Amino acid sequence: MKKLSVVLVTSALLLAVAGTTYATPEEDQATLKGLFMKKFKDVEESAYGDGAYVFREDAYEQFKEIEADFPPYEDQITEGEEMWNTAFANGKTYKDCLGEVDTVRAQYPKYDEENDTILTLEGQINACRTENGEKPLKWKKGPMASLSGYIADQAEGQKIDVKIPNEKAEEWYEKGKNFFYAKRGQLNMSCADCHVAYAGNRIRAEILSPAFGQVTHFPTYRAKWGQLGTLHRRYGGCNQQVRAKDFKAQSDEFKALEYFHTAMSNGLEWTGPAFRK
Amino acid sequence: MRKFFRMLTLSASVVTLAAIAGMSASHAADEAKVSEEALAKGKEIAFSQQTGNCLACHMITGGELPGNIGPPLIAMKARFPDRAVLREQIYDARIKNPMTIMIPFGPHQVLSEEEIDLVTDYIHTL
Ligand code: HEC
Ligand code: HEC
Repeated sequence: MKKLSVVLVTSALLLAVAGTTYATPEEDQATLKGLFMKKFKDVEESAYGDGAYVFREDAYEQFKEIEADFPPYEDQITEGEEMWNTAFANGKTYKDCLGEVDTVRAQYPKYDEENDTILTLEGQINACRTENGEKPLKWKKGPMASLSGYIADQAEGQKIDVKIPNEKAEEWYEKGKNFFYAKRGQLNMSCADCHVAYAGNRIRAEILSPAFGQVTHFPTYRAKWGQLGTLHRRYGGCNQQVRAKDFKAQSDEFKALEYFHTAMSNGLEWTGPAFRK
Repeated sequence: MRKFFRMLTLSASVVTLAAIAGMSASHAADEAKVSEEALAKGKEIAFSQQTGNCLACHMITGGELPGNIGPPLIAMKARFPDRAVLREQIYDARIKNPMTIMIPFGPHQVLSEEEIDLVTDYIHTL
């Protein structure tokens, strides 16, 4: 009897799954954006890339001054530019793999049909290096962040436009979306708990930024880091806060997350690098 | 006064029963028995970032830089006359709100049974 009901329940579940149609990425984004626009009536849509600053006038002013007068990441942009312009031992350059520098940032994250994977900017930088016989760079900071920072800086004014071209790509998108909404870690919190449900609230002294706009400005210079750090570095930090299993930078989990998370900011401008306290 | 004593004996037998049933030995309900020292420990758990970190989400009188994700923890006796209800809320907030952001301190063993008792007694005084 027990077995029978298990079978019944399972088949009911299967039916329910088969009958489910997923929301499209466009619908997901409209819902998410709508939630924030309704809750924070005086925040302009285009300002969401500035994260938690939009909720604190004094800090926002300070942020704008830092960005305008003495951005602390300038040396790293210069370092990145030198890297871009320096040929590898075989005479090739990053441009030979990635194209004109101002066209690079906005192409990623991108679904790669041939290998059924997600290509990221940092992943492409290291792919270019290894193809040309150079050692890959460490993922989260240092020269990698400098070069991706320079590339991001060259995309100023361009808009985020992540495409989800087919069903296989949708699977990656759904994987990232599930990651974002799933409770995780000993503390049992989802990204969405902090960055959707309670965005704008304070956790201790920190204001939580809304998910819409969270990826626009990476790599980011955090005062706490004292240097630029990549998006996956930040993912790792937030994951640790809830005492969750660690995922590596550029793991499939974080690539899927980046794909979903960036699609949620479609329409906003690429503004990296930027300062965060 | 008579009633008070009856309550004491009643809660004493509840404690015995609970102990027999192998449940966590919950404290006798009356505050008088909670020592200053125990309350200080409870407060430490509520404030410390390493343990309860209730301040991350709740305003608590005397706590610096509180968050505002959950409601301020004030007038607790009025809102939670029954200590056991308060303990349950702290033990596993999902019982009241399955979608809660509040940490399931008991089931996920973020705090021990004893720590949950200490923090409950302290919060009950607020
Ligand atoms: C316990 C709460 C909490 C959880 C859960 C959490 N974060 Fe965060 N996150 C923060 C805080 C606090 C900050 C710093 C303030 C801010 O910018 O929001 C932050 C910052 C960020 C930033 C940088 C925003 C910026 O403007 O530079 C990103 C990106 C981010 N989180 C993504 C995530 C992702 C993805 C997850 C899930 C894997 C996650 N967070 C889970 C608390 C959390
Ligand atoms: C990450 C956020 C978070 C943390 C940490 C947290 N809480 Fe909560 N708490 C909440 C939220 C949100 C509520 C509102 C009810 C809900 O959503 O479940 C709540 C509700 C409560 C309530 C019920 C209040 C009422 O008026 O009904 C009590 C009591 C409480 N929390 C105590 C604690 C204690 C004690 C700790 C630390 C040991 C703690 N909380 C840690 C978020 C948190």
